[in-house]
Amino acid sequence: MAKPEQCSNCSKPATIHLTQIINNQIHKVDLCEDCPHKKSVTDSEAFSLADFLLKPQMDSTREHSSCDHCGFTPADFKKTGRFGCPKCYDSFKGMLRPMLSGMHKGLEHAGKSPDQVIARCAARNELNTVRDALGQAIRDENYEEAAKLRDQLRQIEENAPANQD
Amino acid sequence: MKESSGMDLSKIIENGKAPENGGHPAEPIVLSTRIRLARNIDPYPFPGWAKSAQRCVLQEQLLESVASTEVMNNGIKLDLSNTDEFERLVLVERHLISRELGEAEDGAGVVFSSDQQLSVMINEEDHLRLQAVANGFNFHSTWQTVNALDTSLEDKLDYAYSTELGYLTACPTNLGTGMRASAMLHLPGLVIQDNIEKVIRMVNQLGMAVRGQFGEGSEATGSIFQISNQQTLGENEAEIIDRLRSILKAIIQQEENARLKILEEKPHKLFDKIGRAYGILKNGHLLSSEETMNLLSLMRLAVDLGMLPQDHRSEVDRLLVEMQPGHLQYFAQHSIEPDERDRQRACLIRNAYAKIPSLNFDLPTPGP
Repeated sequence: MAKPEQCSNCSKPATIHLTQIINNQIHKVDLCEDCPHKKSVTDSEAFSLADFLLKPQMDSTREHSSCDHCGFTPADFKKTGRFGCPKCYDSFKGMLRPMLSGMHKGLEHAGKSPDQVIARCAARNELNTVRDALGQAIRDENYEEAAKLRDQLRQIEENAPANQD
Repeated sequence: MKESSGMDLSKIIENGKAPENGGHPAEPIVLSTRIRLARNIDPYPFPGWAKSAQRCVLQEQLLESVASTEVMNNGIKLDLSNTDEFERLVLVERHLISRELGEAEDGAGVVFSSDQQLSVMINEEDHLRLQAVANGFNFHSTWQTVNALDTSLEDKLDYAYSTELGYLTACPTNLGTGMRASAMLHLPGLVIQDNIEKVIRMVNQLGMAVRGQFGEGSEATGSIFQISNQQTLGENEAEIIDRLRSILKAIIQQEENARLKILEEKPHKLFDKIGRAYGILKNGHLLSSEETMNLLSLMRLAVDLGMLPQDHRSEVDRLLVEMQPGHLQYFAQHSIEPDERDRQRACLIRNAYAKIPSLNFDLPTPGP
């Protein structure tokens, strides 16, 4: 790095050099005079280097143009620091990992899981798969298979946890 | 459970008790323990990205689901667009909703239990923010309370969840457990000794956040600090709470040491501070919100040191809440200019302190 240091947020020369220690890992960022004010991060306590560390990752993930489900874009994330919908976590998987490693203790969930929700979703998925197969069997005029699938469908519906909708 | 408004709120305020008691007595140093869980409903857009109509539809559904849980049986359910400014301020000052939710344009709601121990904010940053509070240092019971509510909601709502990333939240800083555990600490000893900065730095380095009473960006008036975990992914709830608990214990120890040191080295300086604060509370005629908090903070310290009766501690906690601008204007049922508020506040405080016995300066000398 022979070049004079540039602001991590824009291309002006950096005059402010910040270091934050999270989990014994040193994160450094160089900023020009204007950027901290523009980002309202003059309060050192509320300020997180994550905002700035994020920028290069966002640029490298331009290919994720938007979330299929809600239309959210990485530019929106840069503006707000929030995602648009739960599906965004799939849509922007690529930029997520490096961001999370600077933020959390680990990259994988280790806590409580909503077992009832998981069971309900699994049942719903199974139901949909069998329903699709049944439709296909009927279209193919494979009535023997269709009868089998219909029985299977009935059984799933009988065993399904309450509150399906 | 009735929606809105004035009558329901007066019921909770007229309880005359400090909020946040959750069945536990007020304790020295640790005012309260709080655990909140962030939850979202799949596949709806997060409140900040949702269209107004989407927010409103979900609000209605979530108000209903939360209010119909057993623990919220005698609780209060509010669509915040049906409340006035003062009611919303009262809810903020009681920590039942955040400032952000109080200022939300539409779709915002809250359901809380009649004892105000449990509250659920709807359409804040996440669809649901479940929160349990208890007086004193009580993570165990607080976790049990909020966890039980969470499990019972799971029965009705499809939480957004991934096996790898846990509960999916609007902001990735809450991902995983979605849990923020915190304690509100009263640290006048460390503030007087000028050691608070050092403690804050240490706590930050250990991955915990230190904030003022009202969360992000708020001032630490009255030497009251909120300390919470920052990381939510990669550890389970018990591990996060254990880590926080051990850091809090270290801070409590530091605060106790600071108090002992002050009593040993400069008791008269401390007695003078407390004595003057007592004098102003008893006789002042104009008291700003900030000055009141700082003076009441010294009264809490006086109780801890045995200079005032122990039962005055919860009275201090009640006044810390009810002397804030929202409560004063709510009581008056109309908007009051700050100068007039200061006069009314001083009057209420004088009345409260007319019944308080004199300070006992005859303390046993601290041990070696």
